[in-house]
Amino acid sequence: MFEPLTWALVALSLAAMVYAIVLAALDKRINWTLLGVLGVIEVGLLAQLVIGIVQLAGTSRDVSGPFFVGYLIGSLIVLPLGALWALAESSRWGAGALAVACLVIPVLELRLHEIWTA
Amino acid sequence: MTDPAETRHGPGRILILVYGIFALAATARAGFQIATQFSDAPIAYLLSAVAAVIYCAATFALARATKVSRRVATTAIVIELVGVIAIGAFSYAVPDDFPDATVWSHFGQGYGFVPVVLPVLGLLWLRRTR
Repeated sequence: MFEPLTWALVALSLAAMVYAIVLAALDKRINWTLLGVLGVIEVGLLAQLVIGIVQLAGTSRDVSGPFFVGYLIGSLIVLPLGALWALAESSRWGAGALAVACLVIPVLELRLHEIWTA
Repeated sequence: MTDPAETRHGPGRILILVYGIFALAATARAGFQIATQFSDAPIAYLLSAVAAVIYCAATFALARATKVSRRVATTAIVIELVGVIAIGAFSYAVPDDFPDATVWSHFGQGYGFVPVVLPVLGLLWLRRTR
């Protein structure tokens, strides 16, 4: 695992979550700034997938491969689905839902880290 | 009588998103367990599969938000609540029968206890949007 990327993704996702909560609190809908940040996170997650699979192939650690790759792939699905779901809502609750989706990324990254270092 | 479509709007947006995440996670987990290590703990893995089906049903029924689907959602969520309480209690009482975790073991401890809170919120939300 490339740790700096893991922690950057955790920090960025939490920042996006806070921003989404602020939007919800201000009764605003999600905006392009938030979607842009999510796009950056998504690119990072894609890089994480590639790095993860390459490192998994070359490691002698006892890492549960299917779980590891499952979490890597799963992490890619969350934000796009969350964004689509949130965009279809015309109230503040769209941003609220997206905040929850953002929180899933740090959880998945921490699980990945756990699986890798187990 | 409110519009049944209310179910998927407002706070329901968050509720259904969380249900969707659990549907995805439970399905992936159950699929993996059954495909690779079914003989290790068949009961636990079958329960994982049941949980996955329930989460998927609840997610789609809540998101569809028609009169009929709300009934499906209510049924699914009641089963979910009974399941998480029964499996939760059972996994503490007879840990040997649960050599590997399901989503509902120990009241969903492995998932931040969200599995035990979710059905309660789901039923409250269905009641609220009745």
